[in-house]
Amino acid sequence: MTTAGRLPDAYRGGDGGANLADILERVLDKGIVIAGDIRINLLDIELLTIKLRLVVASVDKAKEMGIDWWEDDPALSSGARRKELARENAELRERIQALEETQEPLKESGGAPS
Amino acid sequence: MSTELRYVYAVCRPFDAPLQAELVGVEGRPPRLLRHEDLTAVVGAVPEADFAEGPLRAHLEDLDWLTATARAHERVVAALTTVTSPLPLRLATVFRDDSGVRSMMQEEQGRFRWALGRLAGRVEWGVKVYADGAPEPRPETRLSGPGAGTGSGRAYLQSRRARRDAQDGARQRAEAFAERLHGDLARHAAAARVHPPQNPALSRVPGVNILNSAYLVDRSASEDFVERVDRTKDEEPGMRVELTGPWAGYSFTMPSDEGPAGQEEAGR
Repeated sequence: MTTAGRLPDAYRGGDGGANLADILERVLDKGIVIAGDIRINLLDIELLTIKLRLVVASVDKAKEMGIDWWEDDPALSSGARRKELARENAELRERIQALEETQEPLKESGGAPS
Repeated sequence: MSTELRYVYAVCRPFDAPLQAELVGVEGRPPRLLRHEDLTAVVGAVPEADFAEGPLRAHLEDLDWLTATARAHERVVAALTTVTSPLPLRLATVFRDDSGVRSMMQEEQGRFRWALGRLAGRVEWGVKVYADGAPEPRPETRLSGPGAGTGSGRAYLQSRRARRDAQDGARQRAEAFAERLHGDLARHAAAARVHPPQNPALSRVPGVNILNSAYLVDRSASEDFVERVDRTKDEEPGMRVELTGPWAGYSFTMPSDEGPAGQEEAGR
């Protein structure tokens, strides 16, 4: 394809090559705003929810692509958090049992802990 | 009975070159030209079932739909950019029928003429600067030395502080580099805009996005501009400079007095 003028085009390898964030940034945030017959105001609250959802959705997308480093991070992954909680629970149960064993003599002597 | 609406991609000055025969836009429909006086709108038919207010609102929250539509929108605008300097409209600007598009063009012709005049013969280049994390501080040899046992808490805090200082230093260097680069590029552009940094979760690009800017550059000056950006790529260690484009002038469709003065518009 020939371009108008001497335009370097080495940086666009077809639209599949463009970073999705670059495209969304332009088509959602830039470009002239004209009130159409169908009134959806991208400038309003919708755009915010779209943006928030994009961030969340991109996490799912990344996971599909095998980028899953957060899976083992308790702050980010409920799966990892469950594992962490289960381990903590087991540990706490052991400690409670140990404490109860040391408390036994107290109970038997009738001294109620205040 | 009409079940089709009109999706408008861009407005242009009339141009002679034909659009690519195989070019398809939103919903796989080919765009066509709709002339009104000395302006041409690039429009495509879209199903009312998807683009009436309710369904459109729902679709916009569906990432796959949004991605496909955004790419299709940009595909048409990019194709136009090879033959003219289009004024891109925001995603999902939709009208009932051709006459709705025409009356919009009649109403908005002042703004269109102004913006098309500014974009004529120019393209937009995007430049992003990333800092690839702070350099690791040198290993704290003292930690394992004599007296480390009693002083380990303090040594730990010291090493943490050293790391934080190194990070702050790297960040400051990155910002200084980005500021210098932006100033230099803006002087060689017809106009410049600084956008908010991109969210790494969305762009999936490693490193901290320090600068995210756009430059409106004459087509004839674009080769020099690209070379200018290329030359800075190895200038600063730990810094990555990324160039995108040529885009249609998306970032330059509004009068510049909306943003903070000085920063927004570069000299002639």
